Amino acid sequence: MAVNLKQLSQKETRLTGGHRACAGCAAPIIVRQILMASDKPVVVGSATGCLEVTTTVYPYTAWNVNFIHNAFENAAATISGVEAAFNSLKRQGKLEGDFNFVAFGGDGGTYDIGFQSLSGAMERGHDMLYVCYDNGAYMNTGIQRSSATPHGANTSTTPAGKESTGKKEYRKDLTQIMAAHNIPYVAQASVSNHRDLIAKAQKAFSIKGPKFLNVLSPCRLGWAYDPEITVPLAQQMVDSCFWPLFEVVDGEWKLTYKPKNKPNIEEWMKKQGRFKHLFRSDEGKQVIAEAQADVDARWEQLLARCGEK
Amino acid sequence: MKVRKALTGNEAMAEAMRQINPDVIAAYPITPQTEIVQLFSNFVADGKVDTEFVTVESEHSAMSATIGASAAGSRAMTATSSQGMAYMWEVLYIAASMRLPIVMPLVNRALSGPINIHCDHSDAYGARDSGWIQLWAENAQEAYDNLIQAVRIAEHSEVTLPVMVNMDGFIISHGLEIMEAEDDDTIRNFIGVRKPVYHLLNEKEPITMGPLDLQDFYFEHKKQQADAMARSADVIREISKEWKDLTGRSYDMLEEYRMEDAEIAIVALGSTCGTAKVAIDQLREQGVKAGLVKIRVFRPFPKEEIAKALAHTKAVAVMDRAESFADFGGPLFRDVRASLYECDSRPKTISYIYGLGGRDVTLDTITQVYADLQRLVKGEQVPMLNHLGVRD
Repeated sequence: MAVNLKQLSQKETRLTGGHRACAGCAAPIIVRQILMASDKPVVVGSATGCLEVTTTVYPYTAWNVNFIHNAFENAAATISGVEAAFNSLKRQGKLEGDFNFVAFGGDGGTYDIGFQSLSGAMERGHDMLYVCYDNGAYMNTGIQRSSATPHGANTSTTPAGKESTGKKEYRKDLTQIMAAHNIPYVAQASVSNHRDLIAKAQKAFSIKGPKFLNVLSPCRLGWAYDPEITVPLAQQMVDSCFWPLFEVVDGEWKLTYKPKNKPNIEEWMKKQGRFKHLFRSDEGKQVIAEAQADVDARWEQLLARCGEK
Repeated sequence: MKVRKALTGNEAMAEAMRQINPDVIAAYPITPQTEIVQLFSNFVADGKVDTEFVTVESEHSAMSATIGASAAGSRAMTATSSQGMAYMWEVLYIAASMRLPIVMPLVNRALSGPINIHCDHSDAYGARDSGWIQLWAENAQEAYDNLIQAVRIAEHSEVTLPVMVNMDGFIISHGLEIMEAEDDDTIRNFIGVRKPVYHLLNEKEPITMGPLDLQDFYFEHKKQQADAMARSADVIREISKEWKDLTGRSYDMLEEYRMEDAEIAIVALGSTCGTAKVAIDQLREQGVKAGLVKIRVFRPFPKEEIAKALAHTKAVAVMDRAESFADFGGPLFRDVRASLYECDSRPKTISYIYGLGGRDVTLDTITQVYADLQRLVKGEQVPMLNHLGVRD
């Protein structure tokens, strides 16, 4: 699907400026690009989190579309209820028109507390797109670890210290878990590769049924980096194959982006305060090596799944 | 035209739901409510309703999806019991604060732990402060009548609050009784169609629901909810009257049974009220001036009616089918006692925690309470706090 930027730039903004997200926050960029890809009216649901609190401080709202926030763990269930209402009212002739239904959640609201709600909604087959903006921690509550936090990261619940090199565990591979739901469309995208992101959103909106999109969303506060490098930083993370871009269409895995050079993860780790401690000790360097080995092993697995080797 | 039928409480609730024909139901099975969901699934499978039936993976999602469906402007329902209610507790508050007119049967069952599947009222009491209107039934007939009236109460423009329709687990839900059901047209005319002012499927007038509400507005919004709850009492009375004109079956905030000259009285919720009525009839034959105040509407609380009904009595026993660990009786006891505070002369008021985990409440059990009240009137010592029929 061709992405015509000129045409897209003329569309009405569905999430307006003036919201209270941090400078350099990737989440609103991701939301705008995804909503741009829909040609229908949309109903947006959001989990509790940065996106919700920064865009809907009563009596203000940054949303130009119908929006509902219910609680932290139930964005998928809530939007599935909206979609069910639409189906019912439409079938009974009580409503005209057509809609896209989209739920947004951060990694805490998606990988962790909202996982059951998401899995249930996807299994039931609602016509909806669930988007996770993955910034790798509970940023809204003050940078606590989630199951999406990378190995070695210093968070407020996995602090680096005399006896700690940060988070011990590795990331949950949520995108793969969602692919195992055998839904028609699952993809991984990044704020850095906007054409790829919009194309994936367009494809998702063109398919009826449950869709899942996992998007890398740098957090300048939680990752501790300079806000102007949000996009190039994400690009490096994509290029290093820490966050590969791919899609799974009806069970078929396909890489959508092949990095020309594959930099070591150190290259982007050293730009982020959350990994700073790792560069100061031998134990820390060992953690970086472990994290690199994990990224490499997952990348090899992905290449195999995508028929690239 | 009405039909007399033999139905269990669950069948009566399911029948009312079929007649209400909601746009969306999102539900999850739990004993003793499960039968309602199963019966309704059959209505869907046989094309008897227009409902989109969402078979969610938990009660938390049941209420969450119901909230989404109601916010989208549809008439949406769910049903649950006990642990299911506890699991949806978080979102009950959100449904109420979003002012969504959701109607939900709650088939009352004891909360774990220890795990138990039988009747008590701990589930409903747990939702007491959630902002839901609570209706209570003595039998299947009342459960059926309450559920249909609940739709009108919830959607009334002066109210727009969710309504929980309580029915004792097993005792009513699985007990067969002869009751009257109205015909479908009568019900559909009575409930009409939902006309939401705002909803998520109006693309011309987009809205934001569930925004962050901080120190500057949260309090005002809570006051608006409290005002709506206060206004709902008149709406409940008005709709009850309309229902009586239509069906001949009379309802109010509470029911007084042989209270006009009563000296001793019981106040209770649910099926126990039926047992109490039989006990009262027997005692009256022996010349004992016994009466009953059956609470139909627990939230909002009918404080004036209670004071009026009880002010002339000498002693009152308030029955709570749940422990609240206050060491000061149950929630109903404390509410009733507080309602009597402004009366010039007050009856002595004592508390009975009873029937927990489905412990049978017999005629003898209730008669024992009236005997205690008689002793209290005579000036004998009766403890203020009692656990009725419990073994040491």
